Formats: sequence, structure tokens, C-alpha cells
Amino acid sequence: MKPTAPALTRRSHVPLLAAGALAFIVLLLLPALIDIYQVQLLTYGLIAAIAALGFNLLLGYTGLLSFGHSAFFGIGAYTVAFLLRYLDLHSMELYILIGIPIAALTSALFGYICVRHTRIFFGILTLALSQVLYSLALKFFWVTGGTDGLRVPRPTLLAGLVNFQGAGSFQRFINAYYYYVVVAFAICVVLMWVIVHSPFGKALQAIRDNEVRARFLGLRIRHFRWAAFLISGTFTGLAGILWVPLNGLTTPEVLYWPFSGEIVFAALLGGFRNFTGPIVGGIVFNYLKTYAIATTEYWQLLLGAVLVALVLVLPTGIVGGLSKLAAGLRGKEKP
Amino acid sequence: MAILILQILNSLFYASVLFLIAAGLSLIFGVMRIVNMAHGTLYAIGAYVTAWLVGRAIGLGLAPAWLFVLIPVGAITVALLGAAIEPVLLRPFYRRAEEYQLLVTFGLLLILEDVVRLLWGGLPLSADPLMDALPIIRIGTLSYPGYNLVVIGIGAAAAVALWLVVYRTKFGVMLRATSQDRRMASALGLNVGLVYVSAFAIGCFMAGLGGAIIVPSQAAVLGMGIDALILAFVVVVIGGLGSLQGALVGALIVSFVRTAGIQFFPEIELAVLYLIAAIVLIVKPTGLFGTA
Repeated sequence: MKPTAPALTRRSHVPLLAAGALAFIVLLLLPALIDIYQVQLLTYGLIAAIAALGFNLLLGYTGLLSFGHSAFFGIGAYTVAFLLRYLDLHSMELYILIGIPIAALTSALFGYICVRHTRIFFGILTLALSQVLYSLALKFFWVTGGTDGLRVPRPTLLAGLVNFQGAGSFQRFINAYYYYVVVAFAICVVLMWVIVHSPFGKALQAIRDNEVRARFLGLRIRHFRWAAFLISGTFTGLAGILWVPLNGLTTPEVLYWPFSGEIVFAALLGGFRNFTGPIVGGIVFNYLKTYAIATTEYWQLLLGAVLVALVLVLPTGIVGGLSKLAAGLRGKEKP
Repeated sequence: MAILILQILNSLFYASVLFLIAAGLSLIFGVMRIVNMAHGTLYAIGAYVTAWLVGRAIGLGLAPAWLFVLIPVGAITVALLGAAIEPVLLRPFYRRAEEYQLLVTFGLLLILEDVVRLLWGGLPLSADPLMDALPIIRIGTLSYPGYNLVVIGIGAAAAVALWLVVYRTKFGVMLRATSQDRRMASALGLNVGLVYVSAFAIGCFMAGLGGAIIVPSQAAVLGMGIDALILAFVVVVIGGLGSLQGALVGALIVSFVRTAGIQFFPEIELAVLYLIAAIVLIVKPTGLFGTA
């Protein structure tokens, strides 16, 4: 509205844009430097980052803690598996094009019910609804494969332009899929950045900070929360869609509520008060979990201890802690 | 007719255990405003400790009648664990946002789940000598395990005892005062810290008791706590978080629906329960008996 505002924001965004572009270039060059296993691991990490990014629109920007985001991840994953099993589709683009509206529809339905509540009831309600899907996936085993899950072999990328036949097909698939996910990830980050910096995003933050004032300003709180829920669930759903072909299998585990806990964990690990927090959190959490599983049989214990320590010592997460440290250093230099 | 009576008895058996878990969860929330996600795991620990002790006692050649003493021992162990957890892990979080409280109990759940695996391994642990120690009751053409009737009795006794403690003792007044206004209670000279630690320990005791009484009829297995937590959530959502009457009515509703579900619609038995919970939250957000 004010004539000076755009110029001001544009200037302050320049270093951020540069950092984002740099990170993107690093991501593009990385497969040349690291081995295939690391590429695969990073792909998982980026997918987790997309899930956490979507989740954080609710927790960080709207102030609603969902303990049911496994539902949307699982819906994405199972949609792909169903498209393959019942419609014999093999194209990744079709998976995404069909999967996103289905994830959005599910989020809209769940959100319609859940945003009537806030705080602890919101958490319990999201959890209960997500478990409806879990129990259905478990009980209707002739449709969903039950606990065995459904297998999803490698799909075709870019309408079959990239071909995965013959020798070395695994390496080629992992490399190609990495770039596929990097592009999807970049689109998600830009999109989410635009969303949280739009008037809509500002309204969400106003509702988070002071619901009563936001209502006085004439904001229709429930509508905004519903829209945030829908966007959030859709992002996490996309993460589920991207995850399945990489994993090769989807089981009810991704619908079970402890998996929602992992998404919350990832967002908290990075820091849910920052835009970059859940991105860093998703990637780091993926490494942490892989490392914990590889090191000890009792990896849950390790993760639980990290979570408790994190909440006790570093509640603002990695990014929050680092920016505080940076601010502290800068403060020392100045005087 | 015989089947009907059997199903009612089964529902009551199940409701007793579920009430113990859910009432503990509800009590802790009512007093401390914390939703304890590790509550189901505490129930599992009660089951494991009791089953392990029973196994030990049989190894020592104790008479089956003495084994019943081990049920309260299992419950008290969990209460002591709770009394240790509250000051160390939960106390630093009362001034922090709800999200952090939820997350710290989620972390506790992850830790305790693996501690159970570490201590007792992945194999189921059962305590069926207790079940076999009691005769099978015959009513006409029906036969029903006597132990299950004992469980129903314990569930009913626990409900009465809890009601008496909360509504008829001085400690109960202190509990309710703290739950309504922590600061005011503290200003009036109540030792709020002590009330919190006792409330948490009582809640844990009930979860542990639930586990201890179910383990003679169902072996303790990994993951039982996580499943139980979700059902306890459904119970308190239906009945109202923080309400004891609500926990009782909720446990009865969930048990009867579940027993009927297993009989008539096994595929969607759990889904129906969650949907009931969701519908209650939409129609009456505070649950059937909730106030806050």
C-alpha cells in the first residue's frame, strides 16, 4: 500500500534470494561430488523437508499443532500405489497431477472438521482423524495390502524421456530422481515463501499472535485456518507422492500417528519460528534417523532423548539457535 | 441370549481396563493441563513389570494365591516411575507453551518404548498362571473365566475409590482447587508442587494398574501402549478431557461399540470409534461431560 514498502522489501530480500539461488546451485552440483547412497539419502531428506515445510504453515505461521499430518503423507503415498495397481499408470507426472488434488480434498475435509478447535483439542482431533485412515488401510487389506503394503516400482519421469532399462538402471534412476525432487523442492520453497509473505500469510500470523485482535480487524478466522490447513496438508501430500517411488513400497506405517510425531520432530529440530527451520529440520532429521537406526537397535530411545534435550535446551531449533548465535556475535562486533 | 450376556461381560471387562487408563490421563490433564502422550507406555510398563514379577515368583515356587499381591506391586512401580518423571522432565515446562509439553511427553514415549524393548526384549510376556488360579464360573449354560469378573470388580472399585478421593477427601479438595486456579491455590498456601507430583503419580498408578490387571488374560507385547493411548484419547474426547465421569461413560461407550464392532463390522470397528470421537468433538467440543 505504501509507496516505499516494495522498494524496502526488495532490497532486504536480495541477500536472501542470493543465498537461495546459491543453495539451489549447490544442490544441483552435489551429485557429482557424493556417492550414490548419499544422493539417495539426500533425496529422502528433501522430501522430508517438503513435508515439514507444509506442516510448519500450520504450526509456525498459524499456531496450530497438528498430530495427524501422517494422514496427508499417507494419502499421497497410497494414491500413487492405487493409481499403479488399479489404473496401471506409470507416469510420475500423472501421479503428481492426480495425487495433489486428492491430497487437497482430504486436507479440505479434515481441515473443515479440525479448525473448529485450537490448541490441544486440535492436536487430538487431527490425530484421531488420521487414525481413521490408518485403521482403514490396515483392515481393508484386500485393497491396501494390509501390513505388507503396496509395491511401487520405478515410474517413468518426464513422460518417459528418461529411461531406466538395462545395466546401471538403479544409479541412473536415483540420480534422475534426485534432480526431479530438487526441482519439486525448489518450487515448493518458492511457493511457500510467497504464501507466507503474502497478505494471506500475514493474516495467518496475526491470527496466531492474537486471535481476538485479528477478529476485530474483520478477518474470518476459521476460513483462514481452513485455507492454511488445506495448503499445509497438500504440501505434505506431495511429499508422500514423491516419497513412494523412491521407497518402492508404502505400508500403513506412514499413516500411523508416530509418523506424524516425526514430522513435528523435524519441524522442531530445525526451528518452527523460522521459514528455513523446517527445511533444515527435515534434512537433518532424516540424517539423524538414518544414523540412529544404523548405530543402535534402540534408535527410538536416541531420538526421544534428542527430542527432550532439544525442547529443554534449544526450543528454537537449529536455525533459531544459529541466528541467535549470529546475532550475538554481530552484537559483540558493533560496539 | 447367552452370547449377549457374554458380550456384555466382555465389554465390561474391557471398559474396566480402559477406564483405568483414561481416568489417569484425564486426571493428569485436569490438574496439570498436560496431555501425557507417554501414558499408554506407562500402562504397558505396568503390564510388563507384573508379568515379569509373576514369572519370577513362579520360578521361586510361590503359591498362585500369593501372585495376586504382585498386581498392586506392578501398579506401584509405575506410580514411583511417574513420581520421578514429573519433577525431572515435566516441571520445567509448566510455564512454556502447550506444544512443548506435548513434545516432551512424545519424547518420553519414544524413550520408554525402547526402554521396555531393552529390558524385556521383543517376545510377548504373559502371566496366565493368575488367570488359571481362578475357576471358570458357570452360569446356566455359560462359562466365563472368574478372573475377568475380578477385573470388572477392580474397575468398578477403582471408579468408586477415585470418586471418593477427588470429591470426599481433603486431598481431593486440594486437587480440584489446583486444577481450577493454580496461582490462587498456591497463594492460599497449598503446596502446588506436591499436588502436581501426587496427581501425576496417581494417574500413572491407574495406568499401571490397568496394565497389571490385563496382563494375566492378554500377554504384554510391544506396541500395546501406543494402541492403548489412542483408545484412551478416544475415550477422553468422547467423555470430556479432565472429567472422571466422562472417562467412565467414554470407556463404556468405546468398549460396547468395540465389542459390537468386532462381532458385526470388524473391518471398520476402529474407524467407527474414531468417527464417534470426531462427531462428539464437532457437536459438543468439550466432550459429553467436559467443562473447560
